[in-house]
Amino acid sequence: MMQQNNPASLRLENGAIFQGKSFGYERSVAGEVVFNTAMTGYPESLTDPSYSGQILVLTYPLIGNYGVPIDQIKNDISMFYESEKIHVRGVIISDYSFEYSHWNAAKSLSDWLKEQKIAGMYGVDTREITRILREQGSMNGCLQMEAEAPIPFDDPNAANQVDVVSCKEIIRYGNGSKKVLLVDCGVKHNILRCLLKRDVTILRVPWNYDFSTLQYDGLFISNGPGNPDFCEETVAHIRAAMNGDKPIFGICMGNQLLGKAGGAKIYKLKYGHRGHNQPVRMLNSNRCFITSQNHGFAVDDKTLGKDWKPLFVNMNDGTNEGIRHKTKPFFSAQFHPEASSGPTDTEFLFDTFVKLMY
Amino acid sequence: MLLLNDSPVPAAATKMPEKVLLLGSGALKIGEAGEFDYSGSQALKALKEEGIFTILINPNIATVQTSEGVADKIYFLPVTPFFVEKVIRKERPDAILLAFGGQTALNCGVALYQSGVLEKYNVRVLGTPVQAIIDTEDRELFVRKLDEIQVKTIKSQAVETMEDARRAAAGLGYPVIIRAAYALGGLGSGFCDNEQELDALAEKAFAFSPQVLIEKSLKGWKEIEYEVVRDRFDNCITVCNMENFDPLGIHTGESIVVAPSQTLTNNEYHKLRELAIRIVRHIGIVGECNVQYAFDPDSEDYRVIEVNARLSRSSALASKATGYPLAFVAAKLGLGYGLFDLKNSVTKVTSAFFEPALDYVVCKIPRWDLGKFRGVDRELGSSMKSVGEVMAIGRTFEEALQKGIRMIEQGMHGFVGNRELEIPDIDKALREPTDKRIFVISKAMRAGYSLDQIHDLTKIDRWFLQRLMHIVHTMQALEQQAAGTPDMDAAGIDPELIRTAKRQGFSDFQIARALGFERFTTPEEATRIIRQWRKEHGITPVVKQIDTLAAEYPAQTNYLYLTYSGSADDVHYTGDRKSIIVLGSGAYRIGSSVEFDWCGVQALSTIRREGYRSVMINYNPETVSTDYDMCDRLYFEELTFERVMDIIELENPHGVIVSTGGQIPNNLALRMAGCHVNILGTSAASIDNAEDRDKFSAMLDRIGVDQPEWSALTNMDDVNAFIRKVGFPVLVRPSYVLSGAAMNVCSNQEELERFLQLAANVSKKHPVVISQFIENAKEVEMDAVAQHGEIIAYAISEHIEYAGVHSGDATIQFPPQKLYVETVRRIKRISRQIARELDISGPFNIQYLARENDIKVIECNLRASRSFPFVSKVLKINLIDLATKVMLGLPVEKPHKSLFDLDYVGVKASQFSFNRLQKADPVLGVDMASTGEVGCIGDDSAAAILTAMLSVGHRIPKRNILLSTGAAKHKADMLGAARLLARKGYKLFATGGTSRFLTDNGVENTLVYWPNESGQPQALDMLHRKEIDMVVNIPKDLTSGELSNGYKIRRAAIDLNIPLITNARLASAFINAFCTIDMEQIAIKSWDEYK
Repeated sequence: MMQQNNPASLRLENGAIFQGKSFGYERSVAGEVVFNTAMTGYPESLTDPSYSGQILVLTYPLIGNYGVPIDQIKNDISMFYESEKIHVRGVIISDYSFEYSHWNAAKSLSDWLKEQKIAGMYGVDTREITRILREQGSMNGCLQMEAEAPIPFDDPNAANQVDVVSCKEIIRYGNGSKKVLLVDCGVKHNILRCLLKRDVTILRVPWNYDFSTLQYDGLFISNGPGNPDFCEETVAHIRAAMNGDKPIFGICMGNQLLGKAGGAKIYKLKYGHRGHNQPVRMLNSNRCFITSQNHGFAVDDKTLGKDWKPLFVNMNDGTNEGIRHKTKPFFSAQFHPEASSGPTDTEFLFDTFVKLMY
Repeated sequence: MLLLNDSPVPAAATKMPEKVLLLGSGALKIGEAGEFDYSGSQALKALKEEGIFTILINPNIATVQTSEGVADKIYFLPVTPFFVEKVIRKERPDAILLAFGGQTALNCGVALYQSGVLEKYNVRVLGTPVQAIIDTEDRELFVRKLDEIQVKTIKSQAVETMEDARRAAAGLGYPVIIRAAYALGGLGSGFCDNEQELDALAEKAFAFSPQVLIEKSLKGWKEIEYEVVRDRFDNCITVCNMENFDPLGIHTGESIVVAPSQTLTNNEYHKLRELAIRIVRHIGIVGECNVQYAFDPDSEDYRVIEVNARLSRSSALASKATGYPLAFVAAKLGLGYGLFDLKNSVTKVTSAFFEPALDYVVCKIPRWDLGKFRGVDRELGSSMKSVGEVMAIGRTFEEALQKGIRMIEQGMHGFVGNRELEIPDIDKALREPTDKRIFVISKAMRAGYSLDQIHDLTKIDRWFLQRLMHIVHTMQALEQQAAGTPDMDAAGIDPELIRTAKRQGFSDFQIARALGFERFTTPEEATRIIRQWRKEHGITPVVKQIDTLAAEYPAQTNYLYLTYSGSADDVHYTGDRKSIIVLGSGAYRIGSSVEFDWCGVQALSTIRREGYRSVMINYNPETVSTDYDMCDRLYFEELTFERVMDIIELENPHGVIVSTGGQIPNNLALRMAGCHVNILGTSAASIDNAEDRDKFSAMLDRIGVDQPEWSALTNMDDVNAFIRKVGFPVLVRPSYVLSGAAMNVCSNQEELERFLQLAANVSKKHPVVISQFIENAKEVEMDAVAQHGEIIAYAISEHIEYAGVHSGDATIQFPPQKLYVETVRRIKRISRQIARELDISGPFNIQYLARENDIKVIECNLRASRSFPFVSKVLKINLIDLATKVMLGLPVEKPHKSLFDLDYVGVKASQFSFNRLQKADPVLGVDMASTGEVGCIGDDSAAAILTAMLSVGHRIPKRNILLSTGAAKHKADMLGAARLLARKGYKLFATGGTSRFLTDNGVENTLVYWPNESGQPQALDMLHRKEIDMVVNIPKDLTSGELSNGYKIRRAAIDLNIPLITNARLASAFINAFCTIDMEQIAIKSWDEYK
């Protein structure tokens, strides 16, 4: 089947232009262009709230092969996705599979993008785009439909993306023996699933909610998109919680916010870590893990307060991958122990967290 | 508080070994091929880096790992407990590596462990402990082990009543397979979809056997593999997963395989990954291992098929597919390193503890040579028959697949655009796959079969079929353009369509054919027009790197491929003209395998040493030449004219070497020279003068050199006239293009006519070449290097068998032991004449027939031959190094040593894989049948023959030998050997004529009967009762009765694993060797000890 698709292009801030064809919703979008090197998991990635504001380039060239599973919400949690909707602004791939084949597929990736009004482009040299981003750092770009007038660049990091994706009111999940207070900076649903599997009740609160009056056994700070500097309010709340001894566990943005609360500085990585193959080592041990990651900012662990120390380090570039308090049960991971998508090696961190609450 | 890293466990220190023994895999055979040269070489490199003294046992003399400088000591001895123990006793290594030499090394290692030899000599097994190996090898232990961690395996339940059968089936869930226990050949087995079918089939099965096995049927399930690495600190990674194109039921070595998996969701991918890691931890692997799954296409259900606790074909493929050097890393882990201690060898800066991210897809396609075997069963199933494989890299599945189809080099141009196959029943051909499977799918698609129909018949995942259908649609779109193109005017062609076609891996030729250009001109010219047109339209491939991290980190990697899905090159070409391109040898096949890889690797290293940039083009994942460490740039690419020219246009090389990669590069020489490519060494015109039969004959006549009479004939009358002139027997070589049939010797009119009919019709376009066949002649090989027509170094070797056995199957001794001095002198003289006449600069090989001192030239190849590594290593002069220097135009000196100085003998023996080729007749003839070879050295010919024969799987018989020694001449040839056997106390059994002959000559024997005779004892029964330890069966001729009687005996010997020899001279030599030398007295000497 020869598909006739409309021309589209990616324009980068450095002037580079890549011509391709549209396979999603036909509307030009602008955002920060980032790449992810995972070879599976496009439904999970696209619905990951941490991608809010970004145009995602997938380096694996064959995308769409197994279609997209049904969109079903059960007990306020999506069955197969990482949130209720697609969060990327656009997706760019090399070779789109117009037909798909999988028992669990409900529709094609293309139909899903159109339905959710998300732009998509295929037929471009995604490796070359990746090389540019690697050399020159993440940059803004426009996914431009040829039929539309050129649109301007838009820097999503100039806005508070956490506020865009966080829940607006408290949501309660499960009925377990311990109560986790989850600060939602853009939580992935698999974090909820991983916690609920371990006999807890979750109280999910908006990112800037003052939870000091709430009762809980453990505090969890979720992943989320964009620049952590927008979340000073959250940092203040965490700092208050740190006066107590209740366990605190953070993931991704949670690591950065806990780091800030612990006095550390946060900086933007040149092009971030996005993929399923990031190696981390637990410091002071021989234990190494393959992790799933999606972040553009990192904790500068040299600036951590004296009560803190790094817990994990990235084995490729030596950047911080997690921190812990020296005496209190506070710890966090820059990577995604909940995986989805990605390897499941570090799911045990949820066990650690839950055990600490007993 | 309890937290994560509060109380780290310090790792127990391990002592680095000082002297390590590595077991190789021996001769290449089906199921165990070049991949182990690659893994062994990598392991040796890893040890060498640590300053460890390494000892290698591997009789495969053509490998790279048995080259100078790879291991510190090399033993060309059989990898059997007997010999390995002797080497251990002599060398006293403190550790041994078992995981790098395939099943051969693993089995040998387990046997040495179980017999206490390793303990006795205090040899530590590095890497995975032997008990863990045993746990994976023993089916029962394996199932129990995986049960312990609730991992599902394929189990069968034994039942003895109908009721139990029903209960078992219900418990397993339909469909089930039922099998009668203890029944040979699958009697009473079959699939049942429901209880009614079960009742019917089980009843039948109970008729065969009191016990019936019920197993869940996994027909149509996907087959998925993971390559897992674990260090002794329990850190695990999965380096790669792979998905079989064919569903379960076809051996993974017989299936097209893609990496990474294409049809698994994230959940599925990581579920299987997590299971693999759990299994590997529980078993306790240290190093590398492979986990194979059956995976339900309609749910997330799975079964573990098997775990290979060693490097495997899949791990070699995974290494090449990802750039992750599994064998190298596994060896380091065996020494006690953690993954965190090691660096990613591509980026050099990031950690080896990571999982490669691919930004391309690879496609492995097996190469079969079933056409070479008489009577072989062509259906693909659970046992492996392919002799080699290729790996193609692309950024679309279509691109990788079509590249791969061209790479297997069986005359196909891709998925479409091939000569039409004749398939009488497409449904059946889809249901019962053969080596033509992929082309049957192509045919079905073009015949209008729907995707669903094909899926129902093949169970191949629809996604793969959808992508294949794309190729068919593009072909059709091109053909539609052709309809509107009255001539070769390319002006009206839509560039976008051509771009699409190229992204889907279409070759210029496929496009030219689809556009109908062949109607107007030659295929070469049509292809040239397309090439020029697309270049004018900017449709050219780009070069991409394989960097293990999908461009996330800058990598100085030299591991490259070309694709049309891209707009920029990863490589910056400076045009310094310092590149020398070496063309590789492609897929291993019968007639071309590891020996050419050795040649290529030697050429690369000389090029490097001489200060040029060494560039390799090859696509065989089983080789060392496709290890990116071996050269400065590796293009994992097609060796087609189109792709080689693409690379030449990018590289702008100083020159190209075509003479170290066997026939494929040789065939490209003339066309490349036509495009002004600098062919290094012997000129393309000279190559053509040697390759072209007419030109070569004319030259021989001109310089007064004799050759067997031959003629290319186009009709039966001429054939008969020619034969009247030369007489029977004749050698008949049908046009390969037309029939794919083998060459053959015909000794009478009946045979000739039968064979020619079999081999398809003789026609003007496809003449049959008939040559006079000279009986009882010796065959002699001349391997040499010349410079400007003057021979610099040479090696003359002698076949043990008389002419008539293909030189690739023959047993060869070097230096020659039984040639007249005059014969040698004449051969040298003729070789000098030919070298001068063809102005040879580089390697070459001439094959001679010698009867008395009458010398005839059979063939001349102006390239390295199969025996180059053998003679180079026995002579200890690297002929390829010398030849490469010649081709680079460097001054070379004649070596001071010659074959006449050697005080020892090398024997090269062939390895056959008939046991894998069900029903094939294990006879030898003028067409090659062996899949591999060994080369052993001894102080005399007999010692070398004995170790060589033991290395290719022969055993010294214990007591009973069955003889049927063919024609009178052969009977007479064998008499001495028979006497020797009788004298040594062997009990001889012989069929009619042989028995009579032996009795007449006073050799005691027992008469046994052929299958078509009545009378006792029956030869076949004795074989089945395992009463025979060795079979010598010399086929008399090709008459059908003889063939069927002899066939049954030969085939039974193979199927029952009884050593079989079918050549009288080889049998005599072997018998003489084991009757005169005691195994215990075979000298255990390393290569360097033969001085």
